[in-house]
Amino acid sequence: MEEFMSKLFVPKDTGACSLGADEVALKLEHYFESHDIAIQVVRNGSRGLYWLEPLIEIETAEGRVAYGPIGIGDVEDFIKESCWMLNKSHPKYLGRTEAIPFLSKQQRVTFAKVGIIDPLCIDDYVSHGGFVGLRKALELSPQDIVSTVSESGLRGRGGAAFPTGIKWQTVLDATGAQKYIVCNADEGDSGTYSDRMLMESDPFALIEGMTIAGLGVKSTEGYIYLREEYPLAHEILKKALRVAREANYIGKNILESGSSFDIEVRLGAGAYICGEETSMLESLEGKRGEVRPKPPLPAAQGLFGKPSVINNVVSLASVPPIIADGSESYHHYGFGRSRGTLPFQLSGNIKYAGLVEIPFGATLNDLLFGFGGGTRTGRAMKAVQVGGPLGAYLPKRHWNTALDYEAFSKIGAMLGHGGIVGFDDSVDMSEQAQFSMEFCRIESCGKCTPCRIGSVRGVELIESIRRGENLQQNQELLVELCDTMEDGSLCAMGGMTPFPVRSALKYFSKDFE
Amino acid sequence: MKDSTQSDFTEKIIGNMKETPGPLLEILHQIQKEFGYVSPDLVPVIAESLNVSRAEVHGVISFYHYFRSAPPALHRVQICRAEACQAMGSRVLEDYAKASLGIDFHQITADGSITLEPVYCLGNCACPPSIRIDDKIYAGVSAEIFDLLVDELRIKPLKVVN
Repeated sequence: MEEFMSKLFVPKDTGACSLGADEVALKLEHYFESHDIAIQVVRNGSRGLYWLEPLIEIETAEGRVAYGPIGIGDVEDFIKESCWMLNKSHPKYLGRTEAIPFLSKQQRVTFAKVGIIDPLCIDDYVSHGGFVGLRKALELSPQDIVSTVSESGLRGRGGAAFPTGIKWQTVLDATGAQKYIVCNADEGDSGTYSDRMLMESDPFALIEGMTIAGLGVKSTEGYIYLREEYPLAHEILKKALRVAREANYIGKNILESGSSFDIEVRLGAGAYICGEETSMLESLEGKRGEVRPKPPLPAAQGLFGKPSVINNVVSLASVPPIIADGSESYHHYGFGRSRGTLPFQLSGNIKYAGLVEIPFGATLNDLLFGFGGGTRTGRAMKAVQVGGPLGAYLPKRHWNTALDYEAFSKIGAMLGHGGIVGFDDSVDMSEQAQFSMEFCRIESCGKCTPCRIGSVRGVELIESIRRGENLQQNQELLVELCDTMEDGSLCAMGGMTPFPVRSALKYFSKDFE
Repeated sequence: MKDSTQSDFTEKIIGNMKETPGPLLEILHQIQKEFGYVSPDLVPVIAESLNVSRAEVHGVISFYHYFRSAPPALHRVQICRAEACQAMGSRVLEDYAKASLGIDFHQITADGSITLEPVYCLGNCACPPSIRIDDKIYAGVSAEIFDLLVDELRIKPLKVVN
């Protein structure tokens, strides 16, 4: 038993569990227990290498080594071959986890602890550098906290890319005894899952980031608006908040500092529009999730009419390392006005799909082929949708565009929340365009006409085009409808649904003939 | 006829949430968690307790896809219809599921065991196509896997074993 190991890791993450991780963990626990083998099965988060999930890791003197994928059908063999004793000749043996190229080529800052720690073990979090930022923030003045975030160049990771520091400064400068920190965890964009991963795999990072935000703008109350579609994230967040409260990292008189801040999770109810910040506020207030006109900006009149910071999960979770290591450490990553790193999410028809956190400035090709290895079906890649259902479909000639907010905006696209969905050459882009309009029809809050009615007419028009009726006339009408929706809608739902539609028309016109 | 258990429960949870700001969604969540749906009979109870109009309460219930106004099936099966799943064949799976269960979206199978619903993203976009059965998510679901999963949800006649 010279190579006896003490810890074995089986992720508890929606992706890993959807591939059988819970059943695998149970089976291993049962085997170890019934055979008196002293190995602890730890449920860590996911490393984000989803084609290898469930990815089992084993702690060794040289670091963790991995086996994967070990699904329900593989676990018997894993046991029979005594893989926990470091059987390097096993076909599923992957070597040192950190040396897997998909991981070793990344620069994880916000996701540094994701997949490594036990998400609900606060000692694990602290021993990996957790709460250093919060302890430092407790010594800083609110203005110093906000200035550090401003200087880091961090921009909103939810999609709109608004400078986080400016938002915080506005709320800090606002008068009023009651202010709120609201975390937008309504990650509804298809192809995105970085918020989910972070909440499931490193929830204390979000809690720490929100608490620092509270100290920065002098707020004592925070809300996490979480979507109903994330049951595991809900369970983990609720437990993590309880643990953090018991350890006094949140609650009254945090770490005897005299400052207080607490957080409550509120569950959405299946409405894409509630990812739009003003609609989310309405929903948090217990109303229909209808969009509010802006101004007033939420920073001035937000939740319950009070000044509110509204940030995405990844934005808030990026704050602790910025405060801990200084703004310069974050700012030195990146490209142009896009500073820091972005956790991209490779999705859809991609061979090696998963989370890739890298600095801005690489190209889509680097992600699609360097990391992703092309399509999973092995066919040619035809289109890539970046930034969720309101993002443009891009053809091959744009895949060398730098991953940078401004560069994407120049080609009529957006990076958004970093979701990248690959499609092979079997896709019919007119069908995709029709779905974009259909999705808007289903999810529109109904408040403004261009979005509510425009999407209905959009579906009808594209259906008609696909039947080959009055092609030229209908296409002209569709472009005009897109203009109306873009110019006349209250929010991005109606205003940006034309992006995927126009891009499909422009780059894949053959599919509309 | 009004179900007094449901209205008692509702009054009780609203009483417990006196200090909660903007509590309506939370109230509806608790009711649906307990009874599986929000009965239209409860609308006036909620409206009166919160001092808002019945139209406002109804408006909130009907706005959100998640809230139901009629009793649900034993299990909820959701098929992701969003782009990442489309890229890996969710349209085919959706058609198969409807045909195999003999129902359309938002309907309940004749035996009352399954309700089929669309969902727009389960956040499992690296392993498509995904479906959710109650609170569990499954990846890479083919027609065969769908049948296996759904078969377990069916109400089966009890067998007498000696």
